Amino acid sequence: MNWDWQAVSDFMPQFWDGLLVTLQALVLGSLISFTLGLVWALLMRVPSRWVTWPVGVLTEFVRNTPLLVQLVFLFYVLPEWGVTFSALTTGVVGIGLHYSTYTMQVYRAGIEAVPVGQWEAATALNLPLRRTWTAVILPQAIRRVVPALGNYVIAMLKDTPMLMVITVLDMLGQARLFSQEHFQFTEPLTVIGVAFIVISYLASLLLRALERRLVH
Amino acid sequence: MSTDVQHSPDMNDPARKSANGELIRLERVTKRFGDHTVLDHLDFSVEAGKHVTLIGPSGSGKTTILRLLMTLIKPDEGTITVDGDQLFPAPEKQVREVRKKIGMVFQQFNLFPNMTVLRNITEAPVTVLGLSKDEAEERARDLLELVGLTDHVDKHPAQLSGGQQQRVAIARALAMRPQVLLLDEVTSALDPELVAGVLDVLRDIARSTDITMLCVTHEMNFARDISDQVLMFDSGRVIEAGTPEKIFSEPEHDRTREFLSAVL
Ligand SMILES: Nc1ncnc2c1ncn2[C@@H]1O[C@H](COP(=O)(O)OP(=O)(O)OP(=O)(O)O)[C@@H](O)[C@H]1O
Ligand SMILES: [Mg+2]
Repeated sequence: MNWDWQAVSDFMPQFWDGLLVTLQALVLGSLISFTLGLVWALLMRVPSRWVTWPVGVLTEFVRNTPLLVQLVFLFYVLPEWGVTFSALTTGVVGIGLHYSTYTMQVYRAGIEAVPVGQWEAATALNLPLRRTWTAVILPQAIRRVVPALGNYVIAMLKDTPMLMVITVLDMLGQARLFSQEHFQFTEPLTVIGVAFIVISYLASLLLRALERRLVH
Repeated sequence: MSTDVQHSPDMNDPARKSANGELIRLERVTKRFGDHTVLDHLDFSVEAGKHVTLIGPSGSGKTTILRLLMTLIKPDEGTITVDGDQLFPAPEKQVREVRKKIGMVFQQFNLFPNMTVLRNITEAPVTVLGLSKDEAEERARDLLELVGLTDHVDKHPAQLSGGQQQRVAIARALAMRPQVLLLDEVTSALDPELVAGVLDVLRDIARSTDITMLCVTHEMNFARDISDQVLMFDSGRVIEAGTPEKIFSEPEHDRTREFLSAVL
């Protein structure tokens, strides 16, 4: 089997399309998982079982079932309930939701790591609860969890090819399409493999820069 | 047991209430941790403007009293009143009002590491008292001058020494203009050479303001200098109370004598 540069360049237009989709899924999925995870973590601290119990059950369930199953479920079952999203939107929501159940644990640990003296100082200064969260606790907690959140971004990147099963043409989707049309598998798959490594590397550089900025 | 220093003649005059009246009162306050009763029906009061020092062996309940007053913990029984208003039991809204009269400085400083020195001090005056940013910053700068840290306004706590951090914490508490300042072993976490600077600031505040101070300390010279009254605690009770001269020079109780000979 010979390496065919022509195949590489033939694949490029599709590759760029796939790359864009993968990056969209990654960025939007990350944003959803960061936001939703924080919401779960905060809800789990509401002193009422009526809140913590349903949130706990839902997030345990989502965390402990396969992402692939969840994607398929969202893609085929939601429309039956009258909710129709594009395949990509469904995928982004699915990935974001799935990973939010992990980021919530990261946030929880970060919040618990803020020394109790910070809460006490806030009480002594009479700061309202909301202000204590937004000005004192969360800035310290989030600073601590950026590295851990970053690891989930990389993990999410590696899960984006699952979107292929719900017809999203991410990088893997495009590579498969190209292979089926041209009967050339090595080149497109190699190209996207390299692309995954490069994206991972760039993302980790970005995250490290962010970390450095946060640890003023 | 009542530990009032003395009743001033015009304490019923409301205008003079804060100047001479009783500012803090704990009545029959009981605090338990699990089945360990730390305070057992304690009665305790402090008059406005006085500087009262609590001394006593470890575990005698000194910190517990300060934390009760700061509403960091709740008593199991009893009532706590500050400046005539009940702090416990009381609805949350009232607690928030009464708590404005109380400030606290902690052993571990507890500055907000994510904020500059200036913001540490202005945060609560702006969000709680509704001061404008300018008013709060002016107040903060005055206080930083008082504690001798005008050059460090824009630093973060991590860039300061322990002694400097504690002086910022004192400024932060004073920025709320509390009537009472609670000080719990505020120099115990400091390197020995930094203790004097913090104590000097506190001496200065004790001398130049009419703030009421309730202070737990192992610095007996400091206690002697600033206190109007010293209370000797043992097992959650005041076993002896009096002027610093009396307590330090001619203690009546054996426990007080033992304690003093151990720390002096
Ligand atoms: N959160 C808590 N949980 C359980 N026990 C506690 C707690 N806080 C205090 N105690 C106990 O209550 C007792 C009184 O504690 P407190 O901190 O008031 O003593 P203290 O007089 O300040 O002592 P020290 O001089 O060591 O600071 C101690 O026996 C302590 O172990
Ligand atoms: Mg103590």
